[in-house]
Amino acid sequence: MEKRIRVLVGKPGLDGHDRGAKVVAQALKDAGMEVVYTGLHKTVDQIVRTAIQEDVDVIGLSIMSGAHISLTAKLLQKAREQGIGNKMVVVGGVIPSRDIPKLKEIGVAGVFPGGASFDDIVAFLKENVPHS
Amino acid sequence: MGVARYTKDEKGRIVQVDYPSGINVKAVYSPEDLERVGFSYEKDLAEPGVYPFTRGIHPEGYRSRVWTTRQYSGFGTAAETNERFKLLISHGQTGLNVAFDLPTQMGYDSDDPMAEGEVGRVGMAIDSLRDFEIAFEGIDLARIGAGLTINAVASIMLAMYQATAEKYGFSADVISATPQNDILKEMIGRGAWIFPVEPAVKLIGDTIEHSIKAMPKTNPVSISGYHIRESGATVAQEIAYAILIANAYIDNVLKRGYDIDQFVGRFSFNLDIFGNIWETVAKFRAGRKLWARNLKERYGVKKSSNMFMRGMFGGGGGGLTKAQPENNIMRGAYYAMAAALSGAQTTGLCSYDEAYTIPTPHAAILSLRTLQLLMDEMGLRDTVDPLAGSYFIETITKEMEQRIEEEIARIEKVGGIIQAVTTGYAQRAVAQQAYAFEKGIQSGELLKVGVNIYAEEEEMEVELHEYNAESAEKQIENLRALKRERNNREVTKTLTALEEAARSGTNVMPYLVDCCKAYATVGEMARVFRDVFGEFQEPSVV
Repeated sequence: MEKRIRVLVGKPGLDGHDRGAKVVAQALKDAGMEVVYTGLHKTVDQIVRTAIQEDVDVIGLSIMSGAHISLTAKLLQKAREQGIGNKMVVVGGVIPSRDIPKLKEIGVAGVFPGGASFDDIVAFLKENVPHS
Repeated sequence: MGVARYTKDEKGRIVQVDYPSGINVKAVYSPEDLERVGFSYEKDLAEPGVYPFTRGIHPEGYRSRVWTTRQYSGFGTAAETNERFKLLISHGQTGLNVAFDLPTQMGYDSDDPMAEGEVGRVGMAIDSLRDFEIAFEGIDLARIGAGLTINAVASIMLAMYQATAEKYGFSADVISATPQNDILKEMIGRGAWIFPVEPAVKLIGDTIEHSIKAMPKTNPVSISGYHIRESGATVAQEIAYAILIANAYIDNVLKRGYDIDQFVGRFSFNLDIFGNIWETVAKFRAGRKLWARNLKERYGVKKSSNMFMRGMFGGGGGGLTKAQPENNIMRGAYYAMAAALSGAQTTGLCSYDEAYTIPTPHAAILSLRTLQLLMDEMGLRDTVDPLAGSYFIETITKEMEQRIEEEIARIEKVGGIIQAVTTGYAQRAVAQQAYAFEKGIQSGELLKVGVNIYAEEEEMEVELHEYNAESAEKQIENLRALKRERNNREVTKTLTALEEAARSGTNVMPYLVDCCKAYATVGEMARVFRDVFGEFQEPSVV
């Protein structure tokens, strides 16, 4: 049987707008994935720790405050330090188009700004997440 | 947000219209509908300014006074914010609506590791009284009121505002602050909570009690159905939860031995304006009526003006889209018209670029002009509650009233709003609506112009407000200088007194004012509360 994709939906930083994170988490569940939601106000360290403990295949970050580049860069750095630098990281939230190339450059696999369709997110994960 | 579910026949004619709140709309309304819903002129409507205030809280509506306009502003440093305040005032804005950055909202100083990358980003950074002194420099605080968008640490910020005003020679009894100060809605919607439910509600009680004693012109709480709605709630849930939340704060103050007529007249509301125009109008009319009835029948409020559902009816961010951002200018205008037709007393609009970032000055002025146009050019001042008497509007206002009461009953059935927030019941109810809505948009069942209808491939670039990393560094530098220059013995003394007050359960407000005047920082004061109260444990919702 195909293994179910395990996704960590993380809310790094101080922003509390979690409508998007919760909605996407529910959509991924409905698409048959296992979803762990970190809850609000998590540090990058906490998210990386949870990713290791929960042995997820993907880390999805939801960032609305505008601090997406610095927070994501910090997370990727931390993930490398903790030996999970190979984990796929995707980012969603209020992301201006001009920042998408920057995020990809630093190692983000996929960017899904507000309005991205569930189908696209699910298809992307199914296609790109390495799982057996 | 989608405005309704439309069922069409094979010829494309609309055969059924269902509002998200559950109201089913007919093609034509007549006097029979009023009879069906049991409409009575005296009981349900009455004159404007007369109980139950369905038609508005003022007898003459906008004839006697136009709405107060409050564009949300504040970013970067206090000096930049002061500049923006003065710009908006010079363009005719009549009240301030202050945005704080996330570290300030969450009780962290700018040099805290948790604040990294966030200092001054979504609002102004406030570390100490020194920042407030700069932000409000040269502003007549006896004339211009200030909305402070702050919740978990609203007690600290209200103390800071009082300390600033006193420093500039305005006594506490002449200034008018409106801190948002609604923590239960943060737990349902906006997420800027720190302390657990019980002490968090107690802090709100402290600010209300302090206002009764020292700041009679202050509106100590602004109950924000707004963010609950923005998180996905229906308009009926928005009003139901807001009323229940207000009651939770009332109960806290009543326990302290005050009479309800001493304070409830200073409560204000912050409610949303996007969505279906008729549903919005019905929401405000039914909401005013239910709030007044709640106060009169449940709490025995005597003074008529204390039963007003006053407040800010504005924003509309939930309806704006990232796609085709200029459409948001038109959306904002229609939302504002719905607010005016609803008798909004204070308003403000989300700017068209807010789906991307905080507004540029150009966008903020456009929003202000939109509001001014309605009052000065379009005839919205002509008569009070112009939609009154419409078979349709009066029928759905009655139906809305019923929907709101059903939502109230649902929460009361699970043990009341405090219980519903603690267990996550309310959060789940709202998250389910958000998910259903999103699926409706993606399937095309709900229509959104520029998103799933009339969409364009090409994306439009908007001018963005730039984050200024240098001003963040400057903020941290200033904070370090402050810590060297202030009288640190006085800081320790006032913080110790604050801790004792917090532990003993006395009102912390006078102690916070002392801390602020000694230039203790927001992070230091919040630290005291974190140590004494602990932090809220978020219930699992997903």
